[in-house]
Amino acid sequence: MPARFRLTQGGLIDRSKPVSFQFNGKVYLGFEGDTLASALIANGVHLVGRSFKYHRPRGIMSAGAEEANALIQVGEGARSDPNLRATQIELVDGLVASSQNCWPSVEFDVSIVNNFASRLLPSGFYYKTFMWPASFWMTYESAIRKAAGLGKAPEGPDPDSYDKTFAHCDVLVVGAGPSGLTAALSAGRAGARVILAEQDNALGGDLLSEADAEIQGQPALEWVEGARAELEGLENVRILTRTQCYGYFDHNFIGLMQNLTDHLPQNAKPASLPRHRLWKLRAKQVLLATGAIERPLVFSDNDRPGIMLASACRTYVNRYGVKPGKKAVIFTNNDGAYAAALDLHKAGIHVAAIVDLRSDPEGPMTEQAREAGLRILGNHAVIATAGDKRVKAVLVAPLSEDGEKVYGGGEKIDCDLVAVSGGWNPTVHLHSQSRGKIVFDDDYACFVPGTPAQESVTAGACSGNFGLGACLTQGHDAGIATAAKTGFKAKGRKRAPPKAEDRNFLPARWMWLVPGDKPLGHGGKHFVDVQNDVTAADLHLALREGYRSIEHVKRYTTTGMGTDQGKTSNVNAIGIVAGHFGCPIPNVGVTTFRPPYTPVTFGVFAGRDVGDLLDPVRKTPMHALHEHAGAAFEDVGQWKRPWYFPIAGEDMHQAVNREVKACRDSLGVMDASTLGKIDIQGKDAAEFLNRIYTNAWSQLKVGACRYGLMLGEDGMVMDDGVTSRLGENHFLMTTTTGNAAPVLGHLEEYLQTEWPELEVYLTSVTEQFATISLAGPNARNLLAELTDIDLSAEAFPFMTLREGTAAGIPARVFRISFTGDLSYEINVPASYGAALWQTVMTAGEKYGITPYGTEAMHVLRAEKGFIIVGQETDGSVTPFDLGMDWIVSKKKDFVGRRSLFRADMSKDDRKQLVGLLTDVPEQVLPEGAQLVEKVEDKPPMKMLGHVTSSYHSPNVGRSIAMALIKGGRARMGSKLYAPLADGKVVTCTVTGVVFYDKEGERTRG
Amino acid sequence: MLEINCPYCGPRFETEFSYGGEAHIERPKDSENLTDEQWGDYVFMNSNTKGVFLERWVHTSGCRRWFNVARDTVSYQILAVYETGAKPPKLDLRNDV
Repeated sequence: MPARFRLTQGGLIDRSKPVSFQFNGKVYLGFEGDTLASALIANGVHLVGRSFKYHRPRGIMSAGAEEANALIQVGEGARSDPNLRATQIELVDGLVASSQNCWPSVEFDVSIVNNFASRLLPSGFYYKTFMWPASFWMTYESAIRKAAGLGKAPEGPDPDSYDKTFAHCDVLVVGAGPSGLTAALSAGRAGARVILAEQDNALGGDLLSEADAEIQGQPALEWVEGARAELEGLENVRILTRTQCYGYFDHNFIGLMQNLTDHLPQNAKPASLPRHRLWKLRAKQVLLATGAIERPLVFSDNDRPGIMLASACRTYVNRYGVKPGKKAVIFTNNDGAYAAALDLHKAGIHVAAIVDLRSDPEGPMTEQAREAGLRILGNHAVIATAGDKRVKAVLVAPLSEDGEKVYGGGEKIDCDLVAVSGGWNPTVHLHSQSRGKIVFDDDYACFVPGTPAQESVTAGACSGNFGLGACLTQGHDAGIATAAKTGFKAKGRKRAPPKAEDRNFLPARWMWLVPGDKPLGHGGKHFVDVQNDVTAADLHLALREGYRSIEHVKRYTTTGMGTDQGKTSNVNAIGIVAGHFGCPIPNVGVTTFRPPYTPVTFGVFAGRDVGDLLDPVRKTPMHALHEHAGAAFEDVGQWKRPWYFPIAGEDMHQAVNREVKACRDSLGVMDASTLGKIDIQGKDAAEFLNRIYTNAWSQLKVGACRYGLMLGEDGMVMDDGVTSRLGENHFLMTTTTGNAAPVLGHLEEYLQTEWPELEVYLTSVTEQFATISLAGPNARNLLAELTDIDLSAEAFPFMTLREGTAAGIPARVFRISFTGDLSYEINVPASYGAALWQTVMTAGEKYGITPYGTEAMHVLRAEKGFIIVGQETDGSVTPFDLGMDWIVSKKKDFVGRRSLFRADMSKDDRKQLVGLLTDVPEQVLPEGAQLVEKVEDKPPMKMLGHVTSSYHSPNVGRSIAMALIKGGRARMGSKLYAPLADGKVVTCTVTGVVFYDKEGERTRG
Repeated sequence: MLEINCPYCGPRFETEFSYGGEAHIERPKDSENLTDEQWGDYVFMNSNTKGVFLERWVHTSGCRRWFNVARDTVSYQILAVYETGAKPPKLDLRNDV
């Protein structure tokens, strides 16, 4: 059975394809081609939501993107979207939708008491009421959020997939109405690469809502069909429907959101398609043909369900074949709305009256309405409306001469539909986002685009050209012009633009605030912004309180700040403010339009960069072997590094203790492949290192290694590592794992911008080599079995490197040590990493070879007092603070040198690196613990510094720690206290930083 | 998002580049003779120009080369792109934007 308010014929819906959907728990039927809004209206449902502040019943007020009332929650559970506009939701079988911002139901909402208490909720209410005491805001906030709120967040991770794509084109045409279509046609015919983006599912724009329009003597939609066919036949034109151009950014960068599957039933969505796609588009020229949005009139209680824009009524009748009511009143200030009256009349809806603010209604459509015998009340206003969940009647009264007042008690006219028109606002949002100026047009009383700020033009209603014929011509010409600017001149005989009737909505009488029979704010609400419940009285109050700038008025009253961004309210608000001051509208100015034009799904910004694809994972060539060995991993930058290697039943502490002991007692092995490696070559390589590192490099012998400290120009430690001289003009630098990329960037910057005269070549070779570090007294014994290199202490001393083979693999072996024990680092080509690891593990069995992870490495180096950049340093620590004066050359310049000799650097109370030993040897200080000289009853206490590293050391047989302490080196032997969060206080003694093998015999042996 | 015309690779999205602050600030060769204040000025202080600003960019995700850009900090228009070490092109350095 067809729905009660469905017309038996007409419209662009497919009556042979019924669609079943749910709204607020009830099942309804609509047709393919419906929106949720049109299907609800067909079923007589007008009450779809409650307003934001007063919880007043609200209905569908438009038929497009400007909808400010019918904000709907669609879907359930994790597949749930809030704040969708019912007017843009394509009806799909199985759609589940519900009202939002109402409790317990849209029919009965307890917060409606706000409406009766509205005298207590003026503009700025939140600022005025909840600011004191400030600490209570959190309490207020949760209650306010619950009562207000715009829909619910989905419950759980988004199960749908989203995609992103880049695109370039010569001409982007935004909007496929008459101007956009002629623009795309003429630019496309010229050969330019054109993208035509349309938010709707069909081309045609306003023509889809105009039953009788004709172009070139044929029905307009037939012409649209021809245009579509021609555009689809052009290889250089791409049409994107269901695609919202939501933002216009710098350098003609445009964001578009394409909706690919929302209009398909869940079981018919192709698995290969993402739900939405983000287009990141760079266009040489942008042609905005975004049309215009009808403006409501601001009159008393203008928000009741059943009160909607006149153009929306036309859309519902003509495009969707539904009757938005049975008995209509038209309320207008212009001739254009009479077209709606005629369309409603033709559809069999009783038009009770056309209430016209103009004193002498005239114009082509007005004449037609007169001929049709419709009742026209000139110089009249709607001064009140009645009806709770649907408008029931309007009160109509004649206006005074000046339009400031109304006379008499008025006439009551019964109706269930009020079609309103206050003129039209060009959709200048994208033009304004691009920083194009907008200017006020006095004839049409609207803001139109001024000079563009980027390579863009506007055409059609968007530029203030309201007649169909003018739109077609302007679009046609703009298409030719923009294509020519991108190098595509129109070929052949000059084509004429298609012809059509040229009629706009004038004449009109501009009245920003329709008077009522009571003073403003005393009974009846003149809504300006229905989404935010901002009334004309609220605006006046803000002005009385001293607000002047329209930007301030906007923020104070929240007008135009909802998800609709004031599409139907901003210009009325500006008009009312101007009226209050008695100044011309341009003097008030206009608020800035900001992206997005309509809300964009979060998912498209994430695209596929979610879950495992959020960030690349880097694994060493031996990773699979570590996994097999049961390693626990930690993330170091993007790298996965073995953290420790637990064996049966061990916890982390036990595993680390075992690994640390093994390295001192026999033999440990570590995968050090992640350390950054930079190959440095060129005749000035040594000089380059001189300038980059704090110490000197010219005298380093070929085959020798040296530890280096790198500073920023501010004198602070930036990175450290061992660099080896492979040849006269060839070095291999190592960096910390996490700093490999920034260090390379640092070197390149100085080489290119400060010292271009140096001949040096830098290559990152981190991933070209696998590095295995052997550490412990048996390191030499094991390696001797695997290599042809003479390992004797004389032939291969500490801090040198040798080239040879290891397990038959070409290898560079470095005798360097981060553990403080006898140690060799073997570099082999990455593809041999796993083979070498396996060989080492097998050959090392007799020494009880023990793989160790980063945690054991940290303990081992801390036993020796070796720093870790980023742990002992934090960007505010100099080499002197670390007690590393020995590495700072006094004979040469280097990056950061001058900063080290600033007066501040020699202060005695700088934080200096020291060791700490707790009085109770078993007690391990927490890293980050603050240290004080004197413990007070409660904070604040005077803090001297903090613990940077702290471990239990099985080799020392107690806990050890390092800390940065103010004037630390002068405090050797003195006591410090660490008051912890749980109230306990740890007492410790300041010491040197080397806790194990202070003479370094083990390293050199 | 800006479109930057890398002198070596051609026009690319801003996301491929990194910003390097004000251009034409030479690292002092005689830092010994500078006061702390003069040295601090070199290390930390950049102009905050309203209008045409000469600045450094590096094509981090491309050729990794540094170059200079003349950009209007009001309109974000890029007026010129030139190599490191080259003199800035003659431009209308408006003060009134």
